Amino acid sequence: MGSTSGENENNGTAGVGRRDLIRRSAALGLISVPAMGFLSACASGGGSDDNSSGNDQGKTSKSNPFGAKKGTKLDVVIFKGGYGDDYAKAWEADFAKDPGITSTHTGTQEITGKLQPRFNAGNPPDIVDDSGAQQIKVDVLYKNGQLLDLAPVLDAPSVDDPGKKVRDMLIPGTLDPGIQEGKVVALNYIYTVWGLWYSGKLFKDKGWEPPKTWDDFIKVCQAAKKDGIGGLAHQGKYPYYINVAIMDMIAKKGGLDAVKAIDNLDPKAFVGSDAAQAGVEAIYEVVEKGLLMPGTNGLTHTESQTRWNQYKAAFITCGSWLENEQLKQTPADFDMKFLPMPLLPGSKMPFEAIRAGSGEPFIIPAKAKNLPGAKEFMRHMLSKEWSTLFAKEANSLTILKDGVDASVKLRPGTQSTVEASKAAGDNTFRYLYPDWYSEMDTAIQNASNELMAKRIQPKEWLKRCQAAVDKQAKDPASKKNRHE
Amino acid sequence: MRKGQYRFVAGFLFIPVLLYVVFVIWPYIQTFGYSLTDWKGQSQTFNFVGLDNYKALFQDDVFMAAIWHNLQFLVFIPVITILLALFFAFMLNAGGRSRAGGVQGVAGSKFYKVVYFFPQVLSLAILAVLFNAVYRSDGGGLLNGFLIKIHLVDPNNPIEWLNEPNVVLWALMVAVIWQGVGFYLVLFSAAMQSIPKDIYEAALIDGANRNQSFFRITLPLLWDTVQTAWVYLGIIAMDMFVLVSSMTQNMGAYGGGPDHHSDVMATVMMRNFLYYGKSGYACAMGVIMLLLTLVLSVFTLRVTRRERIEF
Repeated sequence: MGSTSGENENNGTAGVGRRDLIRRSAALGLISVPAMGFLSACASGGGSDDNSSGNDQGKTSKSNPFGAKKGTKLDVVIFKGGYGDDYAKAWEADFAKDPGITSTHTGTQEITGKLQPRFNAGNPPDIVDDSGAQQIKVDVLYKNGQLLDLAPVLDAPSVDDPGKKVRDMLIPGTLDPGIQEGKVVALNYIYTVWGLWYSGKLFKDKGWEPPKTWDDFIKVCQAAKKDGIGGLAHQGKYPYYINVAIMDMIAKKGGLDAVKAIDNLDPKAFVGSDAAQAGVEAIYEVVEKGLLMPGTNGLTHTESQTRWNQYKAAFITCGSWLENEQLKQTPADFDMKFLPMPLLPGSKMPFEAIRAGSGEPFIIPAKAKNLPGAKEFMRHMLSKEWSTLFAKEANSLTILKDGVDASVKLRPGTQSTVEASKAAGDNTFRYLYPDWYSEMDTAIQNASNELMAKRIQPKEWLKRCQAAVDKQAKDPASKKNRHE
Repeated sequence: MRKGQYRFVAGFLFIPVLLYVVFVIWPYIQTFGYSLTDWKGQSQTFNFVGLDNYKALFQDDVFMAAIWHNLQFLVFIPVITILLALFFAFMLNAGGRSRAGGVQGVAGSKFYKVVYFFPQVLSLAILAVLFNAVYRSDGGGLLNGFLIKIHLVDPNNPIEWLNEPNVVLWALMVAVIWQGVGFYLVLFSAAMQSIPKDIYEAALIDGANRNQSFFRITLPLLWDTVQTAWVYLGIIAMDMFVLVSSMTQNMGAYGGGPDHHSDVMATVMMRNFLYYGKSGYACAMGVIMLLLTLVLSVFTLRVTRRERIEF
């Protein structure tokens, strides 16, 4: 080729080349889209084959009902929150010795971030403590068919007494919050009581008596206010906490019927319910009389609980994780004490009645690789040995009846919850709607936040809550949940 | 030669285009696909529901209010940030007393420039912690503590800044603007320094005062930079996820309170996606967010298009 023609060609192709390039790259884009679709179909649709229990299935025997196989691996994910994750490490060390299954341990607060992709891809861990602010809601997981029905574990022989089933060794009612549509799919492992908390030292110094009636409660708050401190503190940035107090007042006033009316989405759960009205008006009395700790509506849980530890308020509302959560902030002579919600006149439940139940859901994913190992792990969790390990490491009780060795000395707050739940006996109650209906729960919490800030009155609160209930009742799926 | 050139160019383009398609375009397409289903987020089982999610979206008061909040951010954050940054940049570069030497900034301008940039090096998470301490709702908060000291606020009734429906959006804006001004100040300063000094000096000789030289010379010559700033700040205003979810009253998850008065599109979307398990519905929100952002960026670039001046 001559140089002239070459130049010409170059000039010519420069233009064509650009256009060509654009055309071809567009074509490339068109090809690559379906190609990627193919690839990602592999990525997101995989794992649907039921290949569990394949190689990890060993021989079953009396002491090994699921056939957990020595030398296999278990993938354990633990929510590392108020209770830490040392207890789980102690369990895993024991599990490596006894059935001889070693665990990969993940302690994290980001349950959703770490696990949502794994659930979607079909390679979830073997056992998960699905808790904390970033938990994957159990109702959501269940609806996606990701949870194993735990009945085989609960019907297996107990580690401590092989003559009995595991489920007969537990505190009655503690399995209920893990039920979705009649099946236990989450094991709520930690036994929690909810109510008011106060400092034994502060009350002794001031000469106050722990109140049993709502009138006495208001009087203590007023005395506190006179002394320049707040009456009631709550963790306002998370309306969950004050909402617990309101709902507990309703439950104690109206009895279990009031609780069930709300859980079962009764058209008169709030509006038209005397108990609901009395309960919310009682809490609003605290707001109206200015007995809240100043500014508490906007404080986070740590901020308000620390203020309370500094004797800036007489009471705070919380569950029994409070003591472990505040270990570092609590003065040595604080003498933390638990108090059931005080009683309104004409209440259907006695003063000793408390919201009590199990929290911290442990789940076994339906697509777990080592199902026998996971089931065996859970069976061990419900043994006295592991329950005691938990109490030692995390300062809390488990759902195992009489589950702590007498040799373990409890801290004052935890000790007072043990006494309170003994006094309560069968007088415990528990709402199930927060585990079933996240959206309705949010709407009720939102109304409570407005109530505490005095932007709405009890009447409007009742209306809003009823609207949330009615909205939820329209969802056909809600018919399958029943609080009996 | 010709073939080689073609391959050379295509070789360079192939990988970036592929990456862009895989990591940007394809997820958008997937999101659109999911938005037509009742996907619940934790497995790959779902039903096709057509446009139901979109229909529900436009009746969702919370999401509509969230769009409105984003639009308010979109107006106020860029306007206030850019005006403040322009003002400070002008004062630092050309606002000093005019002496015989010509045009210069106010005294100590180099020092200020560094100080103004400090907030920009803070991550959003630290910004949230910092402003949570400023707005804390009891006497321990910086603002409340100060106002109580000077007897403007009753210590028994402190202002719950982030729990006030009419205050919360402004409180968030102050945090964003406080952080942003420094960066845009430096950006505008750099642009101002590239404006030849002799133009200012000529204006001075003609008797122009500070205002005149700002509006007649500085602003027109900075227009390109202002436009860039506007787009960046617009993107920030359309997001706001981190600050809302870590500073405001909790509405189940991801902040948004009180009574959804600070919810933005991103927080509503995340709450529906993960907390309520309405992931298909949340994907529909994502698609609407994408459309709104696209419309806005096209609109911004069109509206601010001006003639370019070369110097």
